[in-house]
Amino acid sequence: MKLPFLPNHDDPSFFDFLTQHHPALTPAGRSGFLSPQAGTEPMRGAGPMTVPHATTVLAIKYQQGVVIAGDRRATEGFQIAERRIEKVFKIDDYSAMAIAGAAGPCIEMAKLFQVELEHYEKIEGVQLSCEGKANKLGQMVKANLPMVFQGLVVMPLYVGYDVKRAEGRIFKYDLAGGRYEESDYHAIGSGGKDARNTMREHFLRGLAEPDALKLALLALYNAADDDVGTGGPDLVRGIYPTAKIVNERGITDVPEQQIRSIYDGLIATRRSKEN
Amino acid sequence: MPMPYYVSPEQMMQDKAEYAKKGIAKGRSIIAIEYVNGILLVAENPSASLYKISEIYDSIAFAGAGKYSEFENLRKAGIRHADLKGFMYSREDVTARSLANGYSQSLGTIFSQEQKPLEVEILVVQVGHNGHANEMYRISFDGSIIDERTFAVIGGKSEAVQALLKEKGLTQPPELREALSLCIASLEQIGSQKLSLESLEVAVLDRTREGRRFRRLSPADTKPLLSI
Repeated sequence: MKLPFLPNHDDPSFFDFLTQHHPALTPAGRSGFLSPQAGTEPMRGAGPMTVPHATTVLAIKYQQGVVIAGDRRATEGFQIAERRIEKVFKIDDYSAMAIAGAAGPCIEMAKLFQVELEHYEKIEGVQLSCEGKANKLGQMVKANLPMVFQGLVVMPLYVGYDVKRAEGRIFKYDLAGGRYEESDYHAIGSGGKDARNTMREHFLRGLAEPDALKLALLALYNAADDDVGTGGPDLVRGIYPTAKIVNERGITDVPEQQIRSIYDGLIATRRSKEN
Repeated sequence: MPMPYYVSPEQMMQDKAEYAKKGIAKGRSIIAIEYVNGILLVAENPSASLYKISEIYDSIAFAGAGKYSEFENLRKAGIRHADLKGFMYSREDVTARSLANGYSQSLGTIFSQEQKPLEVEILVVQVGHNGHANEMYRISFDGSIIDERTFAVIGGKSEAVQALLKEKGLTQPPELREALSLCIASLEQIGSQKLSLESLEVAVLDRTREGRRFRRLSPADTKPLLSI
């Protein structure tokens, strides 16, 4: 049945609906970027395009779930574009996503993914499975491929609590939409390698929640130490990385006070080594 | 060539309206009623999985009476409309009024242009917060739209239920438990049979909740509410 004033369309995906009926609203749909003529010509004269980039987000599994955390810095070339950017997003009751890449499209994708899952839940009356959500995100990353060639890379790190399996799960993606599950921990972004090194050293299966959180913040600290694109704790302005915990009870933001006190301890230890 | 036989527009509309009304009258009633913290929706529904009441958006709910396949289509279209609007602009720009207008236009067009009108009656309600009033719209098969205060009823025997509720002369929004037992009592009186909690579909739009305010109440949730 076609409704004249409320355009109808039958499948439960909001993303597909947008792609078909309002392509200009999808992250990859900025007209001008998509078509080669319109995309390349004006860019040639404009020189290399710089857009704010977000860096270093990570996730660690622990006994009951997953910790997901990210720093707060966005850079534009060698400039700091933003000191308080939020890179970890609550997606629904049982999943969160962290982003690295071109900030604008990344945030847009997170928002679209949020609507996508809510839309599915409302239409179908049930939530997608954890695996289903991860696959859907993969399709959205794949759809963003044309934008990658314009330098607008979107890299998500997705974590969910799988209610059926009763465990937290971590998924990483490649630019072509490939989806890979990580068994223990993962970090992406320019400081991702440094963060992964720290986690490799200290990770143990079945960590307790406070230890997993501490390790996540330590890994971010070390990444900030070695990578210019990653922001460490900003003691002057009081800006600290953000973290969320995803487990059976849903998603909880780790209070800033707690993160601050963990960093105070960490910095005190580092300082004592220097003197 | 055979001549098409002539039917006057009045006759045609009348026939269509009669047909649609007959279809709706077969269904059971659905009540939406304001309570202290929001809006309560109660439907007589023996099915545990085919819903008549549903969430459309953060503070908007939908209820449909009549032919399931037809109001299900309307429901989906409404969700799509709301999600698109919220994504394009902002979540606070999605309103029951614009949604109800869309439904009204669609139903009106289908009623006047299609062979068969839709055999549905629908409710679109929005819980107000931050000092805003609740909004309740009742939309009929022909696209006529009525905004209601205090309570709204759709479906078969809706007029009788409405009359019953009016008799109570509610001046203040009641507590949730009071509103619920009022709805059940009215439905029972009209159907002249006792209703079990399992045969009711109950949901609320609760303004004290953050974000998505729609919540379905299972028999396990409603039982303690009625046990005093």
